Amino acid sequence: MNIITRKFDTLVIGAGGAGLRAALQLSHADAKVAVVSKVFPTRSHTVAAQGGMNAALGNVTPDNWHWHMYDTVKGSDYLGDQDAIEYMCRAAPDTIIELEHFGVPFSRLENGRIYQRPFGGQSQNFGGDQAARTCAAADRTGHAMLHTLYQQNIRAKTHFFDEFFAVDLLKNKAGDVLGAIAYDIETSEKIIIEAKTTLIATGGAGQLFRTNTNASINTGDGMAMALRAGIPLQDMEFFQFHPTGVAGKGMLITEGVRGEGGYLINCDGERFMERYAPHAKDLASRDVVSRAIAIEIREGRGCGSNKDHVLLKLDHLGSDVIKKRLPGIRDTSLTFLGIDPIEEPIPVFPTAHYTMGGIPTNRNGEVVVPMGIGGEEVIPGLYAAGECACASVHGANRLGGNSLLDIVVFGRAAGNHIIDFLKSHHYHQILADDCIDEALARLERWENPLHKQDEESNNSSESYSVPQLKEELQQVMEEKCGVFRTEKVLAEGVEKVKQIKDKFEHAYITDHSVIFNTARVEALELENLIEIGLATVISALARKESRGAHSRVDYEIRDDESWMKHSLYYMNDHRLNYKPVHTKALSVDTFPPKERVY
Amino acid sequence: MLFTIYRFNPETDETPYMQEYDLSEIKPGTMLRDALLRIKNEQDESLSFRHSCGEGVCGSDGMNINGTNGLACVTSVDGLKQPIIIRPLPGMPVIRDLVIDMTQFYTQYRAVKPWLIVKDPIPEVEFKQTPEQRDKLDGLYECILCGCCSTACPSFWWNPVKFRGPAALLQSWRFLADSRDQATAERLEELEGPYKLYRCHSIMNCVDVCPKNLNPTKAIGHIKKLMLKNML
Repeated sequence: MNIITRKFDTLVIGAGGAGLRAALQLSHADAKVAVVSKVFPTRSHTVAAQGGMNAALGNVTPDNWHWHMYDTVKGSDYLGDQDAIEYMCRAAPDTIIELEHFGVPFSRLENGRIYQRPFGGQSQNFGGDQAARTCAAADRTGHAMLHTLYQQNIRAKTHFFDEFFAVDLLKNKAGDVLGAIAYDIETSEKIIIEAKTTLIATGGAGQLFRTNTNASINTGDGMAMALRAGIPLQDMEFFQFHPTGVAGKGMLITEGVRGEGGYLINCDGERFMERYAPHAKDLASRDVVSRAIAIEIREGRGCGSNKDHVLLKLDHLGSDVIKKRLPGIRDTSLTFLGIDPIEEPIPVFPTAHYTMGGIPTNRNGEVVVPMGIGGEEVIPGLYAAGECACASVHGANRLGGNSLLDIVVFGRAAGNHIIDFLKSHHYHQILADDCIDEALARLERWENPLHKQDEESNNSSESYSVPQLKEELQQVMEEKCGVFRTEKVLAEGVEKVKQIKDKFEHAYITDHSVIFNTARVEALELENLIEIGLATVISALARKESRGAHSRVDYEIRDDESWMKHSLYYMNDHRLNYKPVHTKALSVDTFPPKERVY
Repeated sequence: MLFTIYRFNPETDETPYMQEYDLSEIKPGTMLRDALLRIKNEQDESLSFRHSCGEGVCGSDGMNINGTNGLACVTSVDGLKQPIIIRPLPGMPVIRDLVIDMTQFYTQYRAVKPWLIVKDPIPEVEFKQTPEQRDKLDGLYECILCGCCSTACPSFWWNPVKFRGPAALLQSWRFLADSRDQATAERLEELEGPYKLYRCHSIMNCVDVCPKNLNPTKAIGHIKKLMLKNML
């Protein structure tokens, strides 16, 4: 192999909150860390998180981690693993304090402590009064966190490979992961990064859907790398639709708007959430609010000339609160709609937002797969954290404010576990020459200018541009795998996405240049996205119940008897497997499933 | 709608050139980024530019639009004079088309030590900060490192190595202004001399172009004032 090879203790793929938090832990422990990111780290999508991060600090309302755990288990519609949830909720307060010490500019209360706001699905005392658990830096919490974590990493001298695209994991015959192959987007130079441990922290795949709140980089690259390495993806049928994306455009309007006292109205001016969730109203869980909006619109109570959205009213909060606590979404509304929310409500619609499923891990961030007799065997040296992973703390529906928490808690936990692992693994394993062949073939396909001509001379009607196929995929996913699902529509979705995968064999790009070729990046991203689309729609077709974000019109009831289990989707043969939910917590009693009302 | 866009691919072009594109059926309110994506997807896949979040928070798509630096994703094409002339951010090496090499910009950012420095023992709870103390960070911490300001600054064009530039100095003040930070003396000392800070001549291009409405000139003024106060 005449490809540059670099050796590190740990390779972190992805420079969002999870990757940077892990890298920081490792750099502090003097491990040699390489962070590979396809964008400059502060451009990672953590930067766009708005409302905040949950931790039972109790700065505003009485609180404790056990109540946070209850809310998270209930929010997950009982599909979350209770051991991992207990771990996360217990770790939350310390993790937040640590971030504050790193420099995150949290908003403050009069007594100088961190400001906390109410968010959806939060309660005191196991389902009692609304809690205020979400620590916020105005409505730019993700930005504040990501920049701080990057700053701490440059202080700790973490080694960054900025604008490098990771292509595939490298494996030996025994199935151990020994690093990854990537290339420099600026020069197209390939690089092998050998590592004793590899952490995948590449984020979600919101680009699957036409209207989404996600950045264009959110194409599920790490999840697809895992699939190609033979690792299944867990619970991919659960995709969160955020109730308040800007109607028709998709920009996120934080749940913090409702946390600060905003509410949704239909065309009659009715505060309709009172009917769907009499107790929590607009601060019910996201799946509940998204479905309510969809029903209002379906039943003809939508707003606007096409009756295709509802309104988020916040003018009653007053200009001071909006300018102080929600300046970012005011900017967004002014820029994209020309609407000042101080005076007028914002048109909103449920918008694809968050991938609950992902690479199966335990609470140390270790990737676990069914091998041998047990259902969850660790792949030594391979870790995943953040939105690309499934620990599973979000189960069938993530609570707002638990995502920023997830990335720092499990980024940190993975970092700590890697430090331990390195103590007993001093040497790099030997890399076989042929382990990169497949990845190289995938790369070379886009380097060859003859490819398109070949295709066209063979059969000119059968070639597709990459943007054209991406649009088709997003359209299919939106139509066939949205808020409400049925057997028939999902089955059509599976067929359509399979067809898109076939068409991708005949996809072409016209730009074969070497320097900063963004067309090639997009082709590789689409290849990843198609695999995630298949995982999502196939897992969704198989699950014959309604739970959390997966809402089947033909199976309206949650079926704990048959379906309180995690799905595992394998790329080979599109096979599905299942494993039990961890209902046993670490130290407290199990929260048994019960009817979920807000 | 007509566009004139700076093109340069070092593999094939000896010199940069301007290329014209015509885009029809543009809906009112279309952002420039979406228009560029349409050009790329429908007409010319080889047109290269960075972009990601599409809502002005990731800072990827800074470019020079009709002579003014800005973010493509939050600039509506409606109000722009045609043909819309698009160039890379000025004063930096061009990698390709609208993609610039931001190495020098990031080097200056790192040079101001943009991280909280605390010397006292760390408590088990948060450092206390009053809302008034926290208010001092508003208008500073929101920087997205898009580079619009520093690449609009004549002083930075002339002295990109010696002058820290508006973006880095805004960050410097962000930490000087933070009630939790305990490295004021070192931070100020680091900025002494005729160039690092004092090359700012209050031209205020940075203020005009900042897509987040931040004010680096004002921050630089605060640093100068603090330096003076500490000297007396």
